[in-house]
Amino acid sequence: MSDFRPLTPLGAHEPRTDTHGPVTLTEVVDTALASCSSRLGHEAQARSALQDFLGFALPEPGQSVSNDPYGAFWMGPDQWMICAPHGTHEGLAAQIKEAVGETASVTEQNDAWCRFDLTGDHLPAVFERLCAVDLRSWSGGEATRTSIDHLGCFLVMTNPDHVRVLGPRSSAGSLHHALLTAMRSAL
Amino acid sequence: MTQSNRVQGGLINRDKTINFTFDGKRYQGFEGDTLASALLANNVRLMGRSFKYHRPRGPLTAGSEEPNAIVELREGARQEPNTRATTAELFDGLTAKSQNRWPSLTFDAMAINDRLSNFFAAGFYYKTFMWPAAFWEKVYEPIIRKAAGLGSLSLKSDPDSYDKGFLHCDLLVVGAGPSGLMAALTAARAGAQVIVADEDFMLGGRLNSESLTVGDQTGHAWAQSIAAELATMPNVRIMPRTTVIGAFDHGIYGAVERIADHLPTPPEGKPRQILWRIYSKQTILATGAIERPIAFEQNDRPGIMLASALRSYVNRWAAAPAKRVAVFTNNDDGHRTATDLHAKGIKIAAVIDTRPDAPTSTDYEVLRGAQITDTMGRLGLTFVKVAQADGSQRTIECGALGVSGGWNPNVHLASHQRGRPTWNAEIAAFVPGDTLPHGMHPAGCAAGLFSTHATLKSGVDMAEAALSALGHKVIRPGLPETEDAPVRITPFWHVEGAKRAWLDQQNDVTAKDVKLAHQENFQSVEHLKRYTTLGMATDQGKTSNMGGLAIMAELAGKAIPQVGTTIFRPPYTPTAIGAFAGRSRDEDFRPVRKTPSHTWAEEQGAVFVEVGMWLRAQWFPKAGETHWRQSVDREVLQTRKSVGICDVTTLGKIDVQGTDAATFLNKIYCNPFAKVPVGKVRYGLMLREDGIAMDDGTAARMAEDHFVVTTTTANAVGVYRHMEFVRQCLFPDLDVQLISTTEAWAQYSVAGPNARKLLQKVVDPEHDISNEAFPYMACGDISVSGVRARLFRISFSGELAYEIAVPTRYGDALIRKLVEAGEEFDAVVYGTEALGVMRIEKGHAAGNELNGTTTALNLGMARMVNKKKDSIGSTLSERDGLNTDDALKLVGLKPVDAANPVPAGAHLMTKGDPVDAAHDQGYVTSACFSPNLGHHIAIGYLKRGDARMGEVIRLVSPLTGVDHDVEVVSAHFIDPEGDRLRV
Repeated sequence: MSDFRPLTPLGAHEPRTDTHGPVTLTEVVDTALASCSSRLGHEAQARSALQDFLGFALPEPGQSVSNDPYGAFWMGPDQWMICAPHGTHEGLAAQIKEAVGETASVTEQNDAWCRFDLTGDHLPAVFERLCAVDLRSWSGGEATRTSIDHLGCFLVMTNPDHVRVLGPRSSAGSLHHALLTAMRSAL
Repeated sequence: MTQSNRVQGGLINRDKTINFTFDGKRYQGFEGDTLASALLANNVRLMGRSFKYHRPRGPLTAGSEEPNAIVELREGARQEPNTRATTAELFDGLTAKSQNRWPSLTFDAMAINDRLSNFFAAGFYYKTFMWPAAFWEKVYEPIIRKAAGLGSLSLKSDPDSYDKGFLHCDLLVVGAGPSGLMAALTAARAGAQVIVADEDFMLGGRLNSESLTVGDQTGHAWAQSIAAELATMPNVRIMPRTTVIGAFDHGIYGAVERIADHLPTPPEGKPRQILWRIYSKQTILATGAIERPIAFEQNDRPGIMLASALRSYVNRWAAAPAKRVAVFTNNDDGHRTATDLHAKGIKIAAVIDTRPDAPTSTDYEVLRGAQITDTMGRLGLTFVKVAQADGSQRTIECGALGVSGGWNPNVHLASHQRGRPTWNAEIAAFVPGDTLPHGMHPAGCAAGLFSTHATLKSGVDMAEAALSALGHKVIRPGLPETEDAPVRITPFWHVEGAKRAWLDQQNDVTAKDVKLAHQENFQSVEHLKRYTTLGMATDQGKTSNMGGLAIMAELAGKAIPQVGTTIFRPPYTPTAIGAFAGRSRDEDFRPVRKTPSHTWAEEQGAVFVEVGMWLRAQWFPKAGETHWRQSVDREVLQTRKSVGICDVTTLGKIDVQGTDAATFLNKIYCNPFAKVPVGKVRYGLMLREDGIAMDDGTAARMAEDHFVVTTTTANAVGVYRHMEFVRQCLFPDLDVQLISTTEAWAQYSVAGPNARKLLQKVVDPEHDISNEAFPYMACGDISVSGVRARLFRISFSGELAYEIAVPTRYGDALIRKLVEAGEEFDAVVYGTEALGVMRIEKGHAAGNELNGTTTALNLGMARMVNKKKDSIGSTLSERDGLNTDDALKLVGLKPVDAANPVPAGAHLMTKGDPVDAAHDQGYVTSACFSPNLGHHIAIGYLKRGDARMGEVIRLVSPLTGVDHDVEVVSAHFIDPEGDRLRV
């Protein structure tokens, strides 16, 4: 066990939670991430190998799957972000690489992102102050890339009262501030 | 007596009295009042002074088109100038002040301008303030600005916040008058996602101001019943107090929702306003119409207003501007004002109708074929003079005059994308043309359909058209019975012979000014606008443009549609700059990026600097250090003497994988990469397509099919974008995958003679990082405290140096570990200033040298551009112009007198040559004080610099008074052979 004590994206030892009205904003640190992008000409094999590893069909454009322990969302043509709990899957990228072999390029993204989960009612009211995504048309299982507070973020909806926001880790403070401000403003 | 001009009825809540002040005097109004209606109810007609001539003015309208009743609302930091009294909702404690007057509204010393009006005609400034030229900025303009103007700014920071937001709908209904409500109802019942936006706080549009009935209800009651039904439907979003200010591409509309303008202060955490971007699939333009005035002599006195406004004040706000009222009209609609006011017991002095065949009345006198030739009353209307059809003159006493010259459909949003409105002779007005924004359907008055029945029907028709385009099935709701009067109008724009007939009351433009513009050949409508200022300022000519066009058409002998309109541009009504800024202001202007060592650096009292969005430690002051140079010199000296640590996470990191990764990098970089061995790093120079240097960095080959590319901090995004472009567009057949990992890894430079010793204490012992096992430019996966890590033996400082990376969450732990392990070596942590000093001492190029104008040749790296392969920019770097004999070359510079600095930006001149641009020899790009050499040094570009070593050259900066001699030396001040790198 390493003596290295990790810091959360917000710069503390414990993740932060804020509640305003019906919505709770949680800094989620137990997330391992790996991008998986098919090699040219190996798209079918990569998809098949990755699906075997994950145990579910890969999401189509604009879609996400949030299973236990693995989740995935579509990032681009033949490219997905794979998620799993960091506590048990810190080496996620290496594990996926082993599964897909030469059919895909895999890159560790564990700490490239900060993750904030918003849970509760009236999430569309919050997000309509943040980004151009039409959350009211979502029902769960969607994902998209969007811009929040000038930051490129991923939005993943597991169900209508649970949205995950993945944003650039170095700007976690700014993103958290933007999310909390929108909650206070909209709710 | 308070509210002496209140009449019965109205849509105000008389149970809720509201106290407010105007120019320091206390008044009372009711809930539902606007500032203008409450003042009129209190017998206040004078509300402002005009822009140029300081003429006394009262409200012309009862809506957002108001040119005259412009006031300053609130006090302190919330003071807001140029607010329309006609739309300002009354709230308890509201303070309002009139503008552009001194010392008071009733006595304004600047009204002398009015007496001098002959000197202030259109084009006055341009003709008068010609000489001397220097006087314009210093003398004339300040005087003019003081004399003319609107409100004043508080000069304090806006204490309120503004949100931006995004909405999506099938159908956006702009305007909640009869056609808008009917369209919304039709669409909502069909199940479409509907947004209804209206600038008013009360839905219903003109129905709230008219006495007509819809079905068996009043117009207002009918509107409320529809609004109530819409409010119960989950697919409808009703947005009162929301002005759609612009129509943009692809069905996108801008709208400002005023959340708290009707409250003393916004609720805690809530914004004052929200700027919405509405994505609509289809749009109903139900923006209604605005009545237009007729120009006649002295037509701007307080009490003279649009006939429809008079009707609104009486019907909706139960506020009669006067007890005795006249109407001047050229159409039947003007008569409604007389009828309605008469019904409320207000004396109708006369209806003056320009038409010989005007309808008559048994309730009041109608003067057919008559015109108003003059008016009286210094601070408010007292009499009008009328020329009757038989040529006789008559003077009529009245305190208010309703004027109706017809109605102009609100075509603004239909025209924001350059759609030109078309002329409809039947109503003598422009209506939306054929070239509408995508998916827009004009309905009701906005489409030139003026009867209530026609507006209701058109609302249904247009909703049906819009929804069928979306594949919705529509069941047409039944139309309630209501008035269906035809439009009867005989165009009449201005009374002949009038000298001071105001067209644009906001800009004090008269009919005479338009004639002058025509006479001086400013005949295009756009020229007319610029020359006279007709249609400018906060109201954008909503009540004045048509009058100006009509007169211009008359003078030019053209029809009005031949003259055309000026371009319509957003925003429709004045919009607070704060709404456009949203949350992006002050410390939230843009997001901040923090490095993994930020928390630790803060603990050390680091001084931070913004590098792009990053906050980087500039230096780390120690106790006793009083000047930044002391800290920086210490950090530099100690790094070169022992070891220094620096957070270099901000450098861009791009993961490049794929079987063609090396081939790809061979295209991206001008120097060869195909044969970089696994476990090795290579320095690379990237050129733009035009041969200019783009960025430099390193690429570490982690595996046969895997590189980690680093970029400069500033160019990280640009380089990534460039690489994606090359991958997707130029070489789509290469098997290469890219993703940024800048944020994923915390990376520290460990530099100095003791760098290896320090790292050997930190890196897990199973990894051999001895010089033999891990030589200069090696790279590889290692571990630190059991955590996976990467090590690169690269150097920016010129010392024995490494960069070590761990997953970002462990970055804080690693810096603490490095500092702790470095204690025995007196290790320092250094910031960007020391980093800069060391790279200048070493002669390494950075952003100042890669400045977008320089080539590999200039940088002294011409031989890096490999000609055995094709890489981006390689061919164009061979252009003659980039390869002249006297090309700039990167050199080092040191002062002849060691006490002198060598400031960046200074230019280099051959001694004896004149100091001018023609003799310029080059310039200094980067400069610093070198604590190792004990004097200032610099690097820069000098023509034929590589052949001029040892030459003493003149350094000049006329701007900063620098003029002394420097010697041209090698840019490599420290360890030119690079021995230190390899030990």
